[in-house]
Amino acid sequence: MNRRYRIALLSAISAVALIVVIVFGTLAFTRSQAAKNAPSSVEATPVATFTGERVQFRNTASGADYGKVASVPLDDPGGPRSVSSQICDRVYATTKLTMCLKTDAGVVTTWTAVQTGATGKQEQTWSLPGIPSRTRISADSKLVAETSFITGESYATVGFSTETIIVTAAGKSYGSLEQFKLMVDGSRINAADRNVWGVTFGDDDRYFYATAASAGSTWLVRGDLVKRTLTAEHKAAECPSLSPDGTRVAFKKNTGTFSQPNWRIAVLDLKTKVETVLPEKRSVDDQVEWLDDSIVLYGLPRTGVAGDSDVWSMPADGSADPTIFIPHAWSPSVVHP
Amino acid sequence: MYISLTNQPKDPEGTPRGPKVANRVSSVVISLGIVSMLTDVSSESVAAILPLYVTGVIGLSTVAYGFLEGIYQGVSAIVRLGAGWAADRVDQPKWVAFSGYGLAAVARIFLLFVTSFAGLTAVLTADRLGKGIRTAPRDALITASSKPGNLAASFGVHRALDNTGAAIGPLLAFLILLVIPNGFSTVFVVSLAFALVGAAVLGIIVPNVRTRSTAVVDREAPGDEATAIAAKARARPRVTARARWRELNNPGLKRLLLVAGLLGVLTIGDGFIYLVLQNRSPFAAQFFPLLYVGTNIAFLTFAVPIGRLADRFGRARMFVFGHGLLLAAYVSATVPITGAAITILCLILLGGYYAATDGILSVLATQFTNSETRATAIGAAQTVVAIARFISSAGFGLLWFALGREWSMLIVSIAVAAAIPIVALVLRSARRYRADVSV
Repeated sequence: MNRRYRIALLSAISAVALIVVIVFGTLAFTRSQAAKNAPSSVEATPVATFTGERVQFRNTASGADYGKVASVPLDDPGGPRSVSSQICDRVYATTKLTMCLKTDAGVVTTWTAVQTGATGKQEQTWSLPGIPSRTRISADSKLVAETSFITGESYATVGFSTETIIVTAAGKSYGSLEQFKLMVDGSRINAADRNVWGVTFGDDDRYFYATAASAGSTWLVRGDLVKRTLTAEHKAAECPSLSPDGTRVAFKKNTGTFSQPNWRIAVLDLKTKVETVLPEKRSVDDQVEWLDDSIVLYGLPRTGVAGDSDVWSMPADGSADPTIFIPHAWSPSVVHP
Repeated sequence: MYISLTNQPKDPEGTPRGPKVANRVSSVVISLGIVSMLTDVSSESVAAILPLYVTGVIGLSTVAYGFLEGIYQGVSAIVRLGAGWAADRVDQPKWVAFSGYGLAAVARIFLLFVTSFAGLTAVLTADRLGKGIRTAPRDALITASSKPGNLAASFGVHRALDNTGAAIGPLLAFLILLVIPNGFSTVFVVSLAFALVGAAVLGIIVPNVRTRSTAVVDREAPGDEATAIAAKARARPRVTARARWRELNNPGLKRLLLVAGLLGVLTIGDGFIYLVLQNRSPFAAQFFPLLYVGTNIAFLTFAVPIGRLADRFGRARMFVFGHGLLLAAYVSATVPITGAAITILCLILLGGYYAATDGILSVLATQFTNSETRATAIGAAQTVVAIARFISSAGFGLLWFALGREWSMLIVSIAVAAAIPIVALVLRSARRYRADVSV
């Protein structure tokens, strides 16, 4: 092979590679533009503010309103939805506040938490160290919490790490919950691999539940904002969610291994300590939301459709199988004005 | 930061220096640099968006992901030595390296069809194996194609191109996702294209430099040390596989491996340093996902000038100095000063550390061996470093868990500070075993 032939061969290979990339990229771009500009695949009405007894969520129906915060009435969850203009990856709402965790896509992609008031006015915002995971607001709208992964280092060399923060709606931060004193069976855990995620608030603006993990174990912990402590109450419980009456906690329970998790939804009675595993057979990676004191809601990705998911419902006592509650939806929150 | 070095005595280590004209970096090295650049665009573009893909599309939490990372690293470490040995054994470093680049490229085809975590794991393992296979033979090719007088500069040029790719990759991937939301498959296709063209450049353009015939390559070198080594290489009888392992018994090389292992154990993973920074400075917290791009940019900026300085003032000296920069990076991450400046300084120091040590380690390894065992020696040095870092991340993890951030950083900083003079002494004592200096 002489020099000229080599150059020609390399140019040919590069040209083919370039053409394939351009053709594929153009098709993908056209498809994504078409999807973006297509009318929403479900009936959706744009609104400025949401009203009434409702479930607010992230709309994952393909089309123009993909990723926007949407709402359906409590009495017709499968019916037409209202959509706002706000785009979030993870959202939670009360009558007074909305917490939105979002991706700021760009040549340098970053993530942000945004708190907005009832009128949609931005009240506070902060940067996240990685992909958004969970967010919650206390029932009285005085406290907000957020969990995000710590990502960015290529191939995630530091392993699994999360950051969870509680702040007051007025802007005072309690800092990262990792700084709280973690107590398990009466002894303090100082290990720096401890991680905290998935906050759920009680109704007294002081106590909350969350997940704490260290050395491969997870615990349901009861947090105290005044003493800045986290006390383990139950083993193998992640992403807790307190029932509206405060008597039970629903959580995801890992029945697989640490590296190949298989999460079941379980409900723990806080008084009797009786744990009920619910009959959902698919692995659920979500923080449960209570529709009322007897029914739980959670999201599951749609198989075969990237980026789409549904919100399912199931009785909290495990008496019936799950059914779809809101199709093409994610990250639900029940709002009672 | 290296101005102070100009007061050092000239030619302190007897590093051979060719005449000015021989100081140009070989076109083979530049071709290899382009191969690495294209390959790094390919791998880093995927790496950058992988957490998004894993959580957003495959629908998994990132728990599983970090857990397996350590295992890949371990596999890649062993493969490095084996591939270096194989490259020497068959005397075909180019094609052994090509198999590594090829494996990584072929793995990317499957990335387009993978929908499960197990499949993704298999693809990434193949990618890491490919990286393990190609590194030592490629560094042997760089050595074989360079003049002894500009060896460190040649590695500098290669690493600068390599890291240009590593800096472009993530930006390109995020640009694609900006234009095409959820355009992960487009990122994969682009990554595949870069990987294939990279492998093609190696296969088609890079000459099959066979290390045992260095004499042919270096024939035009005008009567300098290169010819002397070439003559020495020519005079040497063909080495057997056994003899090749025995070559690793060179006391100088053993000392270098010892030093590399010691320093490797004391090297904290960048991820931990970024976490310390993120915890201290709001600036670092805001740009946390991009800190590694900053380190890459510093690395590529310093690679060539540091390589040239190393050729001039001594590679071993630069290697020691590089660890001084690492120590400074640790200190800058630990001092209780917050703000953007200290974060940027830390990234610059880290990039400088890589520029002064990454390629230089391969240069040092080749100094204690002859052309027939070069890839084996480079592979041995890299395996030692990879295993040492593996131990280090586990060990530092324990320290970090037991004592917390500040104390563990402080302890490691003190250990590095204590190790640096020891390393300098050991490397000085190793000097007389160098194969490329007639003592």
